[in-house]
Amino acid sequence: MNRYRTYIAAVLVLCVLVGIGLFSSRFVLYLTMRVMILSIFAMGYNILFGRTGLLSFGHAAFYAVGAYGTALCSMHLHTHPLLVILAGAAAAALFAVIIGFFCVRHTEIYFAMLTLAFGMLVFSLMWNWRTVTGGDDGLSGIVRGSISLGFFAIPIMKDSQYYFFVLFCFAVSVLLIHRIYQSPFGLILAGIRENHIRTEFAGLGVKRYRLAAFVVSGTFAGLAGSLGLLLESNVTPFAAHWSHSAEPVLVSLMGGLETFSGPIVGSVLFVVLRELIERFTHNWMLWFGLILLAIIMGFRGGVVGATSVLLKRFSERP
Amino acid sequence: MESFVHVCLAGISAGMFIWLVASGLTLIFGVLRVLNFAHGSFYMLGAYLCYTCLRFLGIDFWLGVIVGPLAVCVVGYVMERFLLRRVYDLELPYQLLLTFSMVLIFDELVKIIWGAGSIGSPSVPGLSGSLMIAGRNFPVYNLFIMIVGPLVAVGLWAFLERSWWGKIIRAAASDREMAAAIGVKVPSLYTAVFVIGAWLSAVGGALAVPYVGLLTTGMGEAIIINAFVVVVIGGLGSLKGAFLGALFIGLLSSFGTRYIPTLDMSLTFILMGVVLLWRPQGFFAGVDR
Repeated sequence: MNRYRTYIAAVLVLCVLVGIGLFSSRFVLYLTMRVMILSIFAMGYNILFGRTGLLSFGHAAFYAVGAYGTALCSMHLHTHPLLVILAGAAAAALFAVIIGFFCVRHTEIYFAMLTLAFGMLVFSLMWNWRTVTGGDDGLSGIVRGSISLGFFAIPIMKDSQYYFFVLFCFAVSVLLIHRIYQSPFGLILAGIRENHIRTEFAGLGVKRYRLAAFVVSGTFAGLAGSLGLLLESNVTPFAAHWSHSAEPVLVSLMGGLETFSGPIVGSVLFVVLRELIERFTHNWMLWFGLILLAIIMGFRGGVVGATSVLLKRFSERP
Repeated sequence: MESFVHVCLAGISAGMFIWLVASGLTLIFGVLRVLNFAHGSFYMLGAYLCYTCLRFLGIDFWLGVIVGPLAVCVVGYVMERFLLRRVYDLELPYQLLLTFSMVLIFDELVKIIWGAGSIGSPSVPGLSGSLMIAGRNFPVYNLFIMIVGPLVAVGLWAFLERSWWGKIIRAAASDREMAAAIGVKVPSLYTAVFVIGAWLSAVGGALAVPYVGLLTTGMGEAIIINAFVVVVIGGLGSLKGAFLGALFIGLLSSFGTRYIPTLDMSLTFILMGVVLLWRPQGFFAGVDR
């Protein structure tokens, strides 16, 4: 019963997304793409935070590495979208292996500090290494080539065409992450969150699993960065800044931490809220901080958590 | 040889500012077990408030160094009393996230109040000259900072180890319940320690006004990253580790910029990586508090 409900919900969401892609205006298309890209970022982040219980403050670094990797690859090598996205995700994975190797030696407070510090290292590298990364100007003017598959090529130059490519990546990411959560690997990660000592006693190398979660999560961030770059066609070092690292944290918290759909719901809320608030004021970050504060002080289950509590209360009523 | 001495001196004076921030950070962590991400923001607020005193209220710099940090103490009091206190019993990520959300709020408020651009700061009457050391001029103000840093260290040590208040703080740090049982008002004590920590950082910021020359909204995050590196190296919760670590990071970045400018900031991170591999708990963790 419950399972069918999930399938129906997933199919409904997919229909709505396809409908948006076919019939809506450019602005709505753009916002929906932003939601999907942020969802990939946040779902990947949640593998680390919600699942494994590790709070990272440097995740924007992998997003930025993905974006820069994609930009550099399409500027210097080839513009085939599949190739450049693969390059971005691979670069992010590589960085995640290196940074994760140091970070997973600690948990909790130290982990948070280290991820923040390494994230800012990536930021300063992008800022200072002007010859490669373009310094504070970043890289701009990246074009979307068409996806050539031997016999035919799918153009994604227009936003309405690129939309379906983003939708495809989004759907694949959702399926992959869903699969990860169901797999023995995903269960071990949850075990580490609940009690890492027990997990260690069960004969599992906790550190290795933490690193694996870190890399998987960093790779999804890199994928999100690649897609984001192709959407905006430019990237600046601020993509790696710690205020950007706060985004997936807030998105996960808004949606609900230990739920699968939380980050997706949170992304929708985040993008819509941001659009609304930025009409009134330039100081979006202030509101961002205030919302985060309010959630921590009194609304810790997030939207999905609160809804499921309500639903449960409703169904338990005789 | 001349430049060597000067690079040393510059490194030590830079390290002293990191020490003032790291000391507050580590004091708060040692007692409250909360890592305050917003500690760099206190540093920044201290600097901006001191500058405002100088510029708009027209008072003396030294009065500004006293008034600015006191205002930050009020901010720290409100933050601990009305926000942080409510999340002590929650899981650790929520405490970290709370202080993190405060960083966003403080940074943005500073941008709203003082504007996002950098502000040039005035020099200090009496200490603006420079002294001939090893054949080259060295600012007197930096020498003054090199005296203030160790003085704060000695003062803090005396306060914690020799005074009655320090004894209570150490008691609450080592066993909260026991301290409460013998009549220590732990919540008020926590507030007091948080305010002292905020004050230390804000004093660092206020003193940095003539030193940095330019006030920017990024100054808080720059120093907090360095303070994090310091506490990772020194061991979180150890004041001795924070002092030596800050000195070391100051010297390292000073030598780095002088002799290997391409590596610059990466050098401190490389060092942090090495320490993490070699001695993950830091050098002074568990030796003292």
